[in-house]
This record gives sequence, structure tokens and C-alpha cells, in this order.
Amino acid sequence: MRKKIIIPLFGNEVAPRFDLATEVLVISLELQSGEREEKTMVLPQASSEQLCHLALTEGAQVVICGGIEEEYFRYLVWKKIQVFDSMMGSWESAFDSTISKTL
Amino acid sequence: MEKSLIKNIKNLAASTISIDDILDKIPLGISLIDKNRRILLVNRSFEALTGFIRTDVLGYPCWQVLRCRHCIKDCPVLRMGKNTENACIESDIINKDRQLIPIRLNTAVLKNQDDEIVGFIETVEDLRPIRELDSKISQAFSFSQLIGRSPQMEKIYQILPIFAQSDSSVLITGETGTGKDMVAEAIHQASSRAKSPFIKINCGALPENLLESELFGHQKGAFTGAIETKPGRFRLAHNGTLYLTEIGDLPLTLQVKLLTFLDDQIIHPVGSTTGFQADVRIIGGTHRNLEKMVRDGQFREDLLFRLNVVRLHLPPLRERQGDCRLLMDHFLNTLNMKLSKRIDGFSADTLAILNNYPFPGNVRELKNIIEYSMNICQEGKLNTEHLPAYILESDTQPEGFNDFSRHERKHPKLEPEAADHHKDRQTWPDRERKLIMDALLETSGRRNEAADILGWGRSTLWRKMKQYQIS
Repeated sequence: MRKKIIIPLFGNEVAPRFDLATEVLVISLELQSGEREEKTMVLPQASSEQLCHLALTEGAQVVICGGIEEEYFRYLVWKKIQVFDSMMGSWESAFDSTISKTL
Repeated sequence: MEKSLIKNIKNLAASTISIDDILDKIPLGISLIDKNRRILLVNRSFEALTGFIRTDVLGYPCWQVLRCRHCIKDCPVLRMGKNTENACIESDIINKDRQLIPIRLNTAVLKNQDDEIVGFIETVEDLRPIRELDSKISQAFSFSQLIGRSPQMEKIYQILPIFAQSDSSVLITGETGTGKDMVAEAIHQASSRAKSPFIKINCGALPENLLESELFGHQKGAFTGAIETKPGRFRLAHNGTLYLTEIGDLPLTLQVKLLTFLDDQIIHPVGSTTGFQADVRIIGGTHRNLEKMVRDGQFREDLLFRLNVVRLHLPPLRERQGDCRLLMDHFLNTLNMKLSKRIDGFSADTLAILNNYPFPGNVRELKNIIEYSMNICQEGKLNTEHLPAYILESDTQPEGFNDFSRHERKHPKLEPEAADHHKDRQTWPDRERKLIMDALLETSGRRNEAADILGWGRSTLWRKMKQYQIS
């Protein structure tokens, strides 16, 4: 079973603000084998709406982010996407801790 | 380094005081960060605002915790050097409760005894209460302290917030008493610089040399009597607004200096070898016609063009339809409270006079007239006798306002001569003698009819005829 995870980035870290992130990391993780594929996408402009749209079109099940407004949080949850917000530090550590929770 | 920073603050008083305790008592979000922008300390208000508890965020980069828009796009801390003054910006954060909160962020450098940067202090102010208040205020017929509901003023209310949000230089023109100073202050209060100083200086009030020192400051020993370094108004207004009132009276030499500042934002105090980068918004105000002054060579054209980025002309009171009555009632109410009086309002005659008066001194003059009248009036309504004498003597007084006018209306034939009276500058006895003679001639010497024309009793006419030796 594969899981798609989206992490808005600020350099090497999780972007502090969902609405201001212009770079997004899309991770495709094979749960059984632990195999993962990563791709980075650069958005033409920072926008919460675009990021939500990206999460839907990519078929993501999980979003790991920093600060996100309630409106977009609820929207993603309504779309059956698990959101882990207020995450800090490098995206790798955030990813590891989130995956251990989701698993 | 971080530990020593906290320790030094702890040792500020004779006995050790916990810095946490001090900061927790301040109702403003405060965070201390090190040179690498990692959080050393936050207070309770900061925790409340961001939603993070201090133990969870110590050592984390401040941008991950505060999550301010400017942290990501244009961090003010990154621009700070040893000699940089405080930076104040308006921005927003998203807190842990997923709320977008407008904030005002103030950042300052912390230095040790060797003048080296050891960290920064950030204060975060929640602007939500202010924004709510702003929306309530904007519903009334006023903006800041400006009052009026005329179409001209409504246009100004609509455009002022837009001007306030920009950082461009503003030139406010208008007759004396139209409220240029109030508009300048309103622009400052509605701008992102509201928390920083609003400094006002009258360019016409000081001699040239003093004005230069007052505006740009001076170094100690720059000239005789300069016994200490003076910062100057530009430096005092750093991060804020400098309002140059009567900018048309600014001497030409200082106009050049101001021009230089508007170009490169650097001020050079008198006698100083180094400049100071001042982040100041300039607002100029004048009742003069600057275009005409430019043509006459009294004002620099290039300075006018630089100041004229945003121009605001305030209409005189006589052109503000309906505002006169609104302002009269406003001043009556405020002065009733201030003077502890209970004046009910204005009599019909008073209203007629004030409505027809041109108010060359505009709102200021109207306020002074109301204040004068309220001081004279003890109770009831403000009547014509309470108004200052000069208004009653004004040419613009309405007909039928006093007895003399009524008399003139009753006897229109006398009016041309009444006008001649002013031209010939006759004395009243001469004039009265002529009136009696004319009335007697008109009635062919019949005294009863002549007395009627003059509006006098028969005995009065007889007495006056005797006085002027008319037989």
C-alpha cells in the first residue's frame, strides 16, 4: 500500500506558513517495504488554495505543515486528508515523527 | 553567549530577579533570540499569542515559532546591524489555534559591554482590538478627529486610509484652519507607523540656522553653544512620521537638504562626518500656493515634485455643504462638557448669521466663535448678543438682523443715502440733520408726517430740530 505525503518546504525545513510556501515536497511511500520516492515542486506563487488543489490532484493522504489557517485545515480534513500542522524543524525529522504516528 | 545574556539581565538589580517574572508581567508578547535567531526566552503574552508553551520552543528558530509573514519574506532581524535602530513593522502570524492574527512586530538589537551583538529582542503586539475599533470608527461621520458629512469630506475619508497605508510623501494644502494638522496626524495614526513617533515642526517658526539644527540635529562642538549632541527631529521621528507644517516657509538652503534626504533617506547632522539612515515618512502642510512660489523662485520645483507624490487639498468650510451646522453642534456638545454648561442650542437668528458668515478662519474660527459665545452665554440658547461683535459688524450679516436694518427696509428711499454716508464719511449728527431735512422737504414741512417717516415721535423730531437749529 502506498501513501502520498505532502510537505510545504522552506529551505530544508517544514515551511512555517502553509500560505507562504512556494516549494512542496511530495513523498510517495510504500508502507510495507519502506521504499519512498521524493519529488520537489515549485509553485508559481504562494497560495493556500493552490496547495490544497495540489494535495487533491496528487492524491495525497497526509499533509505535514507548519501554521495553517483553520479554513484550509478543515477543507483538507473534509477531503479525507490527514493534516499534521504546527510542525517545526527539518522536513526529515517531521516526516519521521509523523510516519511513526500514522503507522 | 546565550547564557551570559540572560545572566547579565538577572544581575541588573541588587538582588537577583527572575527575568521570566519581569517579562511575564508585560502585556506584550516578548521573545529574546540569539544571533542565530534561535529562541532564548519568551514571555506569557507571547505564549498566549502564538499558542506555543515556552518549554516547547526554546532553541527553535524564531521563524518557526512566530510564523510571521515577514519572517519568511523579509526578516527584519537579518537587516539589523550594530548601529541599526529599532525596526517596527505590521504583519500577521498564524498561531497554533490556526488563527491569522494581525500583529505589530518591533525588533531591537541587544549588545554587550563590548558593543557586540549578542541577540535581539522582539515584541509582538496583537492588533485585533485596534482593527475592530477602526472599523467602528469608520462608520461615523468622521475620520480620526475630522468631522463632516459633506461630499467633499466624504471623498477625503475614503481616500485617507489609502494614503495612510502607502509610505509616500504627502502634501496637504488648504486654507488656515481647515484641519491640515489633524489630517497629518490621522494619516500617521492610520498608517503602519502609528506606534512610532509623530513629530511635528513648524518651518516658519524658527530662524534658518536654528531650524537646521532642530531638523537635522548637530554634533557636540559643531558650533558655539553646541555643548551636547542633539538628535534632531528627523532622528526622533525614525520609523515614524515627520510633519513639516508651513513647509512653504522653509528656507531655500534647507529645502536642498530636505531634497537630499528625500532622495537617499540619509540625514547629516550639523558638524557630523557620518550620516544616519532615517526611516521617516514626510508629510508637508501649507496654506501657500506652492506652484506660485515656484514661479516666484521662492520654492524649489524639484522639492515640490518630490513632496507632491500624494496631494490632499482640504476644502474651506464655506464650501463644505452642511458641515457648518454639524460642526456647530459638535463644538456645542464638547464645550458644554468642557465648560460645565448647559447651553441648549442656537437661536434662529444666530444660526442665520453663522450660516451666512464666510468663516475666513474656517473650522478653527467657528470653534473659537462658539467657545466665545458659550463663555458669554449663561444659560438657554446662544443668541446674537452672545456672538463676537466682529461677526455682527461683518458685511455678510443677513438683512433684518437688527433694528437699524428693519428701519431701512421700511423706508427704502433712505438706503442710497445710507450708502453715501459711508462714502462721504459724514458724522452721525450731519447725517441725522440731512435725514430730518429730507423728511421735512418730502412732507412739505408737515412735522407729524416727517416724524412718521423717520420712525420717531413728534416730540423727538421737535427736540432734534431744535438741536440742529432747523426752523
